[in-house]
Amino acid sequence: MLKITCPWCGPRIEIEFKCGGEAHIARPENPDALSDEEWADFLFMRANTKGWHRERWNHVHGCRQWFNAMRSTVTHEFAGTYKIGEKPSLEELKNWEPIE
Amino acid sequence: MRYSAFALARNALSYHENWPEQWRSPEPKREYDVVIIGGGGHGLATAYYLAKEHGITNVAVLEKGWLGGGNTGRNTTIIRSNYLWDESAHLYEHSLKLFEGLSQDLNYNIMLSQRGVMNLAHTLQDVRDSVRRVNANNLNGIDAEWLNAEEVKEFCPIINISKDLRYPIMGATLQRRAGVGRHDAVAWGLARGADRQGVDILQNCEVTSILNENGRVSGVETSRGTIRAKKVAICVAGHSSVMAEMAGFRLPVESHALQALVSEPIKPVHDTVVMSNAVHVYVSQSDKGELVIGAGVDGYSSYGQRGSFHIIEHQINALVEMFPIFSRLKMMRTWGGIVDTCPDASPIVSLTPIDGLYINCGWGTGGFKATPGSGWVYAWTIAKNEPHSLNAPFRLDRFTSGALIDEHGAAAVAH
Repeated sequence: MLKITCPWCGPRIEIEFKCGGEAHIARPENPDALSDEEWADFLFMRANTKGWHRERWNHVHGCRQWFNAMRSTVTHEFAGTYKIGEKPSLEELKNWEPIE
Repeated sequence: MRYSAFALARNALSYHENWPEQWRSPEPKREYDVVIIGGGGHGLATAYYLAKEHGITNVAVLEKGWLGGGNTGRNTTIIRSNYLWDESAHLYEHSLKLFEGLSQDLNYNIMLSQRGVMNLAHTLQDVRDSVRRVNANNLNGIDAEWLNAEEVKEFCPIINISKDLRYPIMGATLQRRAGVGRHDAVAWGLARGADRQGVDILQNCEVTSILNENGRVSGVETSRGTIRAKKVAICVAGHSSVMAEMAGFRLPVESHALQALVSEPIKPVHDTVVMSNAVHVYVSQSDKGELVIGAGVDGYSSYGQRGSFHIIEHQINALVEMFPIFSRLKMMRTWGGIVDTCPDASPIVSLTPIDGLYINCGWGTGGFKATPGSGWVYAWTIAKNEPHSLNAPFRLDRFTSGALIDEHGAAAVAH
C-alpha cells in the first residue's frame, strides 16, 4: 500500500486515491484544425515513461481534488505531489517537505 | 532428440543424467535476416512459425533475462477464445486451435487441459451482455453456452449460488474447449522447436538501441554487441513503449502491474476455471494442487513487477464469498508482471512507421492464450511485410482511423 500526500489533506493511504494517468496533456487549443494523427496523439498516445513520471491523481475518497504527482514507475516512490497549474522540477519536489 | 516413452526408458538407465540440452546457447552472429526482441512465448512462437511456415531460419531471439521469465512465466495460464467482436474472436480462436495441436506439433507436452472456462454474470446487465456474447461466439463458430445459476452449480459444485450474496451468481457463459496449459512448457517447447530449425536463442542479451539507416532498420545494439538485421521485430510486452521510444515512434499503451497468487496445495477440488469480471477474481487449480488466483491490474502505471496489497485483498474477498470452502486456505506466493494495456483492450500486431521494424504488443492482461496465434500472425507479417487478414484489424494506425476493437467486456479484467 502506497502512502500518498494529497497537497490539500496531507498523507493518506493509497485506497483513498485514483490514478488518472499521464499529467500535463493539454487539450488542443483549436480542435477543428487538428489532423487525425494529431487527434490520435492527443487521445491515445502516451509516454508511458520508465522512471520519473508526472501523473494526475484524484483524492476520490477524500477532498475529491485532482492534483499532480511525480512518481517513479520503477520503484513506485513519490518524489512529491503538487497542485494543478504548478510544475516543479524533480529537484524542487525532492526538497519539498510534505504536510504532516 | 525426439521425446518418447522409449527415450524416457532409455534415459532412465543412466538415471536421467544424460538428457541433451533442449536448445543451444550460441554466440551472436554478426547478422541475421530477422531479429526478434523478446524471448517470451510470443517472441519464441514468432521465431518458430517464421522457420516452420515461411522457411526463414536465419533468425535470432534476443532475451534480456531468461526464457519465459517475464509474463510468460507469471500469468495464470488461462486459454479461451470467447471474445465478442469478430476480429478478436477469429484471432483468439486461431490461437486456441493451434494450442489444441501444439503438443503434437512440438513433440513437447504443454499439458493443455480443456477443462472449460466459466465467465460469471452477477447482474441483469451482466446476464444480457453474457448471452449476447454467447450468441456472437456461436455465430463465429466458437463453442459457447449459457448456464443458469443451477447449471453453474452443477458444473462447479463448490461454488456458492446463494441469493444472499452481495453480488449473487445469476449464470455464466461456458466455453468447454477453453482451459489451462503449462505456461513454462509452452515457452520451452517453442524454444526447442525454433532452435531445432536453426533459430539462435540469445539469453542475457538486452537491446540498448535500435539502429536506423535512412528510415530503414538495420539492426540493434545489445549488451552482447552490435547485431545487424534486415528486419527487427519488437515483442516485449511491458517494455514496448521503451522500445518504441528507442525507435522513435509513440504507442498508445500503458504498462501496469498485474498481480497473481497461489494458495498452498490441496487435493483436487476445482476442475474448471471460474472468472468473474464483476466481482473481479479468477481461479483455477493447478496440477500441483495450488489454487491459481488473479484479478485486475493496479491502477497506476508501473515497470516494477509488483503491486499493492489491497488489490490482492479485494480479489480474495470476492473469492471467499463465491467459494466459502477456500476461506481457511493460506496463500503461498504472490508476484506481479508488467502488462501493456491498450485503450481498446485489444493488441497491436503491426508494421511501424520505420521500414523493416515490426511491433507486437498491447496484449494487456490476456496474452498467454494468444501465444501461438500471435506468433503465427506476427511471423506472417514479418515474412511478407504485410499483415495477415487475421491481424490486419490490429494495426497501429487504428488509433488514427478510429477503427478500435473495444474488447473491455471480454477481456475479463478491467483495464
